[in-house]
Amino acid sequence: MSEATPRTYPALALVPKTDATQTAKDFKTDQEVRWCPGCGDYAILAAVQGFLPELGLRRENIVFVSGIGCSSRFPYYMNTYGMHSIHGRAPAIATGLACTRPDLSVWVVTGDGDALSIGGNHLIHALRRNVNLKILLFNNRIYGLTKGQYSPTSEQGKITKSTPFGSLDTPFNPISLALGAEATFVARTIDSDRKHLTEVLRQAAAHQGAALVEIYQNCNIFNDGAFDNLKNPATRDDATIRLEHGQPIRFGKDLDKGVARGAGGSLRIVDVAEVGEDALLVHDAHATDPAQAFALSRLSTPTHTPIGVFRSVTRPTYDALMTEQLERAVAAQGEGDLGELLRGGDTWTIK
Amino acid sequence: MTKQVQQLDRVIIRFAGDSGDGMQLTGSRFTSETAAFGNDLSTLPDFPAEIRAPAGTLPGVSAFQLHFADHEITTPGDAPNVLVAMNPAALKANLKDLPPGADIIVNTDEFTKRNLAKVGYESNPLEDGSLDRYQVHALPLTSMTVDALEGLDISKKDAERAKNMFALGLLSWLYSRPTEGTIEFLRRRFAKKPAIMEANIKAFQAGWSFGETTEAFSVQYEVKPAPMPAGTYRNITGNLALAYGLIAASRRSGLPLFLGSYPITPASDILHELSKHKNFGVRTFQAEDEIAGIGAALGAAFGGALAVTTTSGPGVALKTETIGLAVALELPLVICDIQRGGPSTGLPTKTEQADLLQAMFGRNGEAPAPIVAARSPGDCFDAALEACRIALKYRTPVFLLSDGYLANGSEPWRIPDPDALPDLRVEFATEPNGPNGEFWPYLRDPQTLARPWAVPGTPGLEHRIGGLEKADRTGTVSYDPDNHDLMVRTRAAKIEGIARDIPPLEVEDPTGDARVLVLGWGSTYGPIGAACRAVRDAGFTVAQAHLRHLNPFPANTGEVLRRYDKVLIPEMNLGQLALLVRAKYLVDAIGYNRVRGLPFKAVELAEAIQEVIKSV
Repeated sequence: MSEATPRTYPALALVPKTDATQTAKDFKTDQEVRWCPGCGDYAILAAVQGFLPELGLRRENIVFVSGIGCSSRFPYYMNTYGMHSIHGRAPAIATGLACTRPDLSVWVVTGDGDALSIGGNHLIHALRRNVNLKILLFNNRIYGLTKGQYSPTSEQGKITKSTPFGSLDTPFNPISLALGAEATFVARTIDSDRKHLTEVLRQAAAHQGAALVEIYQNCNIFNDGAFDNLKNPATRDDATIRLEHGQPIRFGKDLDKGVARGAGGSLRIVDVAEVGEDALLVHDAHATDPAQAFALSRLSTPTHTPIGVFRSVTRPTYDALMTEQLERAVAAQGEGDLGELLRGGDTWTIK
Repeated sequence: MTKQVQQLDRVIIRFAGDSGDGMQLTGSRFTSETAAFGNDLSTLPDFPAEIRAPAGTLPGVSAFQLHFADHEITTPGDAPNVLVAMNPAALKANLKDLPPGADIIVNTDEFTKRNLAKVGYESNPLEDGSLDRYQVHALPLTSMTVDALEGLDISKKDAERAKNMFALGLLSWLYSRPTEGTIEFLRRRFAKKPAIMEANIKAFQAGWSFGETTEAFSVQYEVKPAPMPAGTYRNITGNLALAYGLIAASRRSGLPLFLGSYPITPASDILHELSKHKNFGVRTFQAEDEIAGIGAALGAAFGGALAVTTTSGPGVALKTETIGLAVALELPLVICDIQRGGPSTGLPTKTEQADLLQAMFGRNGEAPAPIVAARSPGDCFDAALEACRIALKYRTPVFLLSDGYLANGSEPWRIPDPDALPDLRVEFATEPNGPNGEFWPYLRDPQTLARPWAVPGTPGLEHRIGGLEKADRTGTVSYDPDNHDLMVRTRAAKIEGIARDIPPLEVEDPTGDARVLVLGWGSTYGPIGAACRAVRDAGFTVAQAHLRHLNPFPANTGEVLRRYDKVLIPEMNLGQLALLVRAKYLVDAIGYNRVRGLPFKAVELAEAIQEVIKSV
């Protein structure tokens, strides 16, 4: 990504820092990791544990909150504070924690079923409020923990145990959904690309407000190979559209393809040779108007997938606004006096 | 002209009109005047769920009943002595509750052919003799108000709207109420609309003067102040008292208050009230749904806040899963259920106490939760403090049960000294407690069985909790059968043990030889007390006991119940406490059950008690 790795993390300004040198090992627990051998979750866990020392935060001020599903076992393996909660509710629980404890770095770990089925409501509201949460959405397009039913991101026609004749639902595009929900930071990355994943995590950590990071994650038991075209060295360069802020969007093994404006506000994939370099769209993740980010999100097809940061804009966070209201009230009315409160209104005295 | 003044010991007034007639405001103003005068009082607002039902129809009738006396009273009264009926619908809807001889003040301007037809009156009841049993004062309240406001720079509609203040002025004169408070109130309320302010004050004063000069009323009444314990009082509704109780608990615990809530009748006023008090460090979060409301509260509890969610029965249904999680996490959380008529949406604005078993058992698995119930509007304050105390001390979700009657009803409340309120300070865990310097989140206090509350930000105590079964002491995930059995029993024992930490059940039995005990819980306290006094006045003996704690019950409950030949349990449900009592103590309790969306009438209850006494 073209933007330099942020050296400061405004979102973490209120979180106490440590002087000690941390390594990935400091973030490992003594719990045996119990995902299926070959699960993409291992790679994500390693990336998160490997990246957290960069932040230099006191470990006790980091909290991982999860819902239910394979991905939601994540907190048990992180030597921080953590809560493995209930299906879909992690964004709500994390909201209460983040609103009362600005000194914490709060992460939500969720999956496509957890975040987009049962927890869809909480996800969109956490995003629109812009609560200072980092939401890692592990998307494997299948229900793993319940043994292989289709999920809200499964492609239509998916044959699973619960859909032997093919699923009927149109899938969610999590990036489009998050953008529609007024999210201020929306990104997509892949479990197997450690470098890209880490860079997206850095940017998410630096973002002040709600960050949604969709991580394509392979479920090798129930949906193996779902993202093969993005992982296979033979196909990945032609299938992956890497978004870099400020750069023309070009991709392909020989960077021969690009993204240009199409009809009606949409975007289209073009041959650079045919349209010329100047016709290529320059990615602007910081644009206030989410229209272009949304159009980019619609380029996700079985053959092409944009990855990177779609949108990263600044808007006041809900938790900070809430704290400000309290501070303003104290400034205007003074610290509340319980005796005065109870004696308020019409009173009378009996001697 | 000098009017005769007659002394009364108590009066029950019901103001009734269309939803848009301002009857709740009129009633609450009259209540404030009455409170300021020093009478004991009890109120019962009764309004439709529709914000504006079609004008002039029976479903649109909104009423406010007030009982005031020169002695202690505990109920809003059974039958009104006075009905103020602003339209034919209000007359028709309320007439059946009036005893013969009651005063009826009607607004004749609204008794038009059309309005009469709307509610099915074939002839005008003011003219056909059907009200002969009552003292009818037929007054053109609307036109008198409009006349009184002539010359003011307001629309005719605004003038007509002030008729409730005219009525209030008239009633204030009739019962010799002080008027300064209402005038001051109108000044404040309409400070930004001077013309409307003037109109309302003028209408109020005109109503008073009309009473003084008209020949329609020959008698003015006086109800002397009631002797009450010394102290400073205010009138308070249950929801306000509950909100204050939570703020007090926050202050007394030193923990910031976090309310995660979603609007629902009749609980919303607690959210409204708490959202005003940000200078007390109160954070209110209006969530996207009931589930997120309690979820955010639980997250705040994990972070060390005094966490509360407020709702009614349908909301509890949605919060159930999170309450189960809170049981597993063993974190403090107060769930306020302001009960209303059910099932499902039921009767949103009517009272009921049918969520007891939902609070007791409405979760998957063995998931015990303490239950505390308030008995009167003012008592919601103390009940809130007690619910917070148990939650904080035992690290558990606690149900605080109130209901629609307590929520909106009001009574005089002796304002407590903040420094005399219970000390709710808690100690967070700060040091590792395991044998090798680890932190064991499920190593319990041997007395309370509560686990340590280690909040994020505490170095060395990093730990993970969650809904999966935890290993005893260490708190790691455990699928061990014996461990699960132990944890289920330990969680149950923790809640049962609270019985050692609550006062014994007290019995009121003035003669000491009663053979029948009336056992109640929640808002039936007032009617049960009034009924027991009536029964005693009639020459019988009866004992009364009222439960604040419904889970666990006070330790002496079984012993108390077995002292009596018969135990009668009146409930606004089909026998939920009776079911628990029978199951736990093998006592053959008798139920008295009415589920009408309204509080019990003391007279009916007294009859039921006498029947049981006679059967012994």
